[in-house]
Amino acid sequence: MTAPADTLATVDSSAILHTPAPPTNVAAEDTPNDGGGAITVTWSPSPDDHEGGKVKGYKIIRAEYDDGKPGEFKEVGDVPAGKTEYSNEDGNTTDGILYLYMVTAFNRMYDEAGSLLEYSSDSEQSDPVTSSAQWFNMTRINVLAGVVLLSFFIIYFIQQAKAGKDLYIRRIAGMEAVDEAVGRATEMGKKIFYITGLGDMDNMQTIASMTILGRVAELAAEYETYLDVPVCRSLVMVTGREVVKEAYSKVGRPDSFKPDQVHYLTDDQFGYAAAVDGMFVREEPATIFYMGQFFAESLILAETGNSIGAIQIAGTAMPAQLPFFVAACDYTLIGEELFAASSYLSKEPKLLGSLKGQDVGKGIILVALIIGVVLESFGIWQLSNLFMVK
Amino acid sequence: MITAIVGITFVVSYFIPHFPFNRMDAWFADWFSIIQACAIVLGALNLLKLSAQKVIGQKKDWGYSAVIILSFLLITVIGFAEGADYRDPGTSFDWLYVNMFIPLSATMFSILAFFVASASYRAFRARNFEATLLLVAAFFVMIGRVPVGDVITGFMPVGYRFSDLANWIMDFPQTAGQRAIMIGIGLGVVSTSLRVILGIERAHIGSGE
Repeated sequence: MTAPADTLATVDSSAILHTPAPPTNVAAEDTPNDGGGAITVTWSPSPDDHEGGKVKGYKIIRAEYDDGKPGEFKEVGDVPAGKTEYSNEDGNTTDGILYLYMVTAFNRMYDEAGSLLEYSSDSEQSDPVTSSAQWFNMTRINVLAGVVLLSFFIIYFIQQAKAGKDLYIRRIAGMEAVDEAVGRATEMGKKIFYITGLGDMDNMQTIASMTILGRVAELAAEYETYLDVPVCRSLVMVTGREVVKEAYSKVGRPDSFKPDQVHYLTDDQFGYAAAVDGMFVREEPATIFYMGQFFAESLILAETGNSIGAIQIAGTAMPAQLPFFVAACDYTLIGEELFAASSYLSKEPKLLGSLKGQDVGKGIILVALIIGVVLESFGIWQLSNLFMVK
Repeated sequence: MITAIVGITFVVSYFIPHFPFNRMDAWFADWFSIIQACAIVLGALNLLKLSAQKVIGQKKDWGYSAVIILSFLLITVIGFAEGADYRDPGTSFDWLYVNMFIPLSATMFSILAFFVASASYRAFRARNFEATLLLVAAFFVMIGRVPVGDVITGFMPVGYRFSDLANWIMDFPQTAGQRAIMIGIGLGVVSTSLRVILGIERAHIGSGE
């Protein structure tokens, strides 16, 4: 029990009344599945830990344990009443050093003079424990199994495709329209704009966008139509130039490639939207592609493109922006179609094989979902738990 | 080869919490930031070069390019002149940021409201069954999100008012659709990553074959 010294005399009689019983069964163990530096402490709650009870919370007290002797106990954290576990996830223990833990149940109140009084009782000490790093996160074993399974199917179908097996891939309207869109720009003698979105090269959507850019650039080079790629990330500009240059070379028109076709505008979201909108209005392109990661600027761009009568094909994996593109564009690649587009356009068996593997993965998830829904409806939750990721 | 090694390392580091794998994310993020910072010079020079070419050649709309160059130089010179504390309140840089940059950004953002209206007008026309479904759902969601919705259905028991219907549409059909899209995206990301790691997909590094 602790209380301010000058108030001890007056509150002593009520101390017994207000001091909570200590928690019991305090145990400390190395936090599993982590990179070390963390220990998890558990305890059985104080009998006074209940609605309206004396326990306001628990303090976690720790001391280093060296040569069989505990050092000075210091408070390292606290949790509110009702909790029975504490983990220093900030990693403030040193691996290899032994620690002892105690848990203190405390009660706090103000006396008549307005002074804060605290009554507390300490638990027994835990056994010595040390933190350590693990080599495998067992909580992610289901993810590993999923990745291995999906990879297996993808690689299997790639091999099948390489062996010459005919694979059926459903028609993607947006991709079928790429030829038509580029052809339209050629007929009208106008530019094609390709917008890569706000993502940088560390974003998978931008990588997918770059692969589609390559196919669009090949067509543009073939039809001798100017392709303008204004970007908002410097690394995307550098990568985009390589992609477009390669595409022009591939169709035998390396001289038609101009590095400034892929040019940087600004990193700022609305600055970029303003600049691109201005270019749309002034240059009135016949065709606009939006492929990549988009945020609030998606509709600003797509509506402006719509207002000038351009044929627009969009693709993004940002679910919140999809309705805007659907409303304002002629064709929209929804989510996974963005990632499938490069394979679809190239028609390369190896790439198509990966799409087939992806579809099998989707089929497995679909079956698991249906079974999971049925089981959950009957109160059987084990299957759902298999899919939980910590 | 580099892509494959880095890709596999990242996949492995997701499952191994031990050092050095648990630090990979942070290290690569640092390196990416360093490369990004260097690359911004390329971007800025490209912007200045193209703008300067337009101004010097007096090409169509060269005035916009002149504004770009002047704005770029002004903000850069002031930023450097004010040293490390250039973002502190009261600095000239901060004044330009607060009184020019923020209002300009806000203006662009606010235009969105008008675009939403025009896009909604087109999207919500009842051309076919799906569009009619969208129109009806949108009507209930919109009216359920404003106070007048519950005033109109005030006589109904709680749970059957417009706001409840709007919440139901958002919580069930909308969430189900969005999750289906998210699952597809997740699989697409894994598949694309695998193609990149295995070297099947190389268009993004300028090599389609």
